[in-house]
Amino acid sequence: MLILAFRRLISMVLIMAVVSFTLFSIFETDKLAVAGKVLGPYSNTEQREAWLDKNGYNEPFVERYFTWVGNAMVGDFGESIQFKVPVSEILWPRLANTGILAGLYMLVMIPLSLTLGVIAGMKEGSIQDRVVSVGSILTTSVPEFASATFFTAVFVFSLGWFPGTSAMTNGFSWAEIFLPVLVLVMYGFGYTARMTRASMAEVMTSHYIRTAVLKGIPYRRVILRHALRNALIAPFTVIILQLNWLLSGVIVVEVFFAYKGFGKLLLDGALFGDIYVIEACTLVAVFVAVFSQFISDIGYTLLNPRIRFT
Amino acid sequence: MTDINNSTAAPTLLSKIVKSIGMLKESPIAIFGLSLILFWVILAILAPILPLYDPNTPLEPFKFPLDGSAKNDGLYWLGTDHKGRDILSRVIFGAQQVLVWATMATAVAYIVGMFMGVVAGYLGGWWDETISFISNVLLSFPVIVLYIIIITYLGATGFNIVLAVTFASAPGIMRIVRGLVLDLRTRDYIFAAQTRGESALYIMIVELLPNARGPLIVDACLRLGYTTITIAMLGYLGLGLPPPDPDWGKMIAETQPLGSFAGHMAVVPAIAISSLVLGFNLLADGLREISMRD
Repeated sequence: MLILAFRRLISMVLIMAVVSFTLFSIFETDKLAVAGKVLGPYSNTEQREAWLDKNGYNEPFVERYFTWVGNAMVGDFGESIQFKVPVSEILWPRLANTGILAGLYMLVMIPLSLTLGVIAGMKEGSIQDRVVSVGSILTTSVPEFASATFFTAVFVFSLGWFPGTSAMTNGFSWAEIFLPVLVLVMYGFGYTARMTRASMAEVMTSHYIRTAVLKGIPYRRVILRHALRNALIAPFTVIILQLNWLLSGVIVVEVFFAYKGFGKLLLDGALFGDIYVIEACTLVAVFVAVFSQFISDIGYTLLNPRIRFT
Repeated sequence: MTDINNSTAAPTLLSKIVKSIGMLKESPIAIFGLSLILFWVILAILAPILPLYDPNTPLEPFKFPLDGSAKNDGLYWLGTDHKGRDILSRVIFGAQQVLVWATMATAVAYIVGMFMGVVAGYLGGWWDETISFISNVLLSFPVIVLYIIIITYLGATGFNIVLAVTFASAPGIMRIVRGLVLDLRTRDYIFAAQTRGESALYIMIVELLPNARGPLIVDACLRLGYTTITIAMLGYLGLGLPPPDPDWGKMIAETQPLGSFAGHMAVVPAIAISSLVLGFNLLADGLREISMRD
């Protein structure tokens, strides 16, 4: 177990190293372009050279890379070109906002998709199975920006129940977070529900379930005590790995509802050409992705004693 | 081996297509999905000869669906947008855009992914180690970050979108193909080919890939749907194809602020994209069901 954790940790560090080096080479190989971005299009070459010299850009490339990584590790990502403040000052509050959004999404999506998946998988081919399966295909076919359009047309403009933007200018508001979470859940729950259904259906055909049923154990008890334990192992991994593509949905939702989150920061940075913001956001996003992969690997082994890596 | 193949009449391409359409009949879901896709494909192909207004010419702004035109006898079936462009025409020409780029991007991603997968699976060793590591690095990126970096660094053109989709999808395709090839390479017909002295390239392309096609067709359908979403999403986020050509995602982004009094402007392209993606997903589900029955 410890060996597995250690090996996964090493590969995690390796991936982060490759990613950060690639990122740095993409954005900071051309020093003059960096200076041009920071000082604006009207700066002349002399000013740019002076700026490069002052900010240590004339050191060798590899040395610059290590300084940059060292600073990033202690949370110093440089100064945002667009906002004129240190990137870390904007990054952490934005990340917290997205954390709230993603946390509420998980809180709704996990019980919903697990319940639906188990109900569908209990009896393969039954009416409830068909409804859940087709229903989840239907909801996963409507991308976030489309379902957000439909929901605002109904709930905001026709019924007037919710505000159309979620900028949270007067502090946190449940009414403003409702639609963003609903949009994310609509698109996201189908995948986990289908995975749970497949896993549950497979467990239900296994011999030990047949034995339990034939022994005369009440059906309810067979499902709750015997089937669920094994059926929920696979969805666990799926849920954690979802973090990786949840970010696309989060960006769309944050842009659509003007929610001040991490995704919007990344997109604004990219559209503006704010390289320090792009670098910081990418590093954080990849770190979260790699770390969730690590958790999912470890968790999977803990949950499933049949799998033992050496 | 070759003798046996020659003695039975080789099925022609036409009879193969007829046979696979016949198989589809078993699944109403697949039929429905296929008709949704064909609906958009036919509209996209016929777009230049259909009696439509030009998608980029401003006519009369803020017309609602079925409003008549004051300038001519025409009817705006789906209304016009804030710049006075005909929405029906923009949706149909937008279908052309999204179908062309989604198909192209998925095809390129498949060629790259299949090649990497078959090399990693069949040759193994260092090939496998290197290709798998590169894939793992790319897969550890949240896809959207990959798109944003590639497109902000290289610019938003059709070619770069194809490139970005390839970077994001090829590692996943490679993993599937590699897994299939690892299973297939121990089959007798591969040993037979090796004994005949066929080259590694021949075995990979002629013997391995055609036999791995079953699961790949289902995956390709799902990926087409996902790439459609991706292209529209990039358009929505302002990272898509440059204006003025219509793009479903961009149509939503442009008209979203007008939702309070002219909701149809954003709802129409939203329905369009959802129905096309639904078509791909239903077809994939139907095909999977058929393949599992056999």
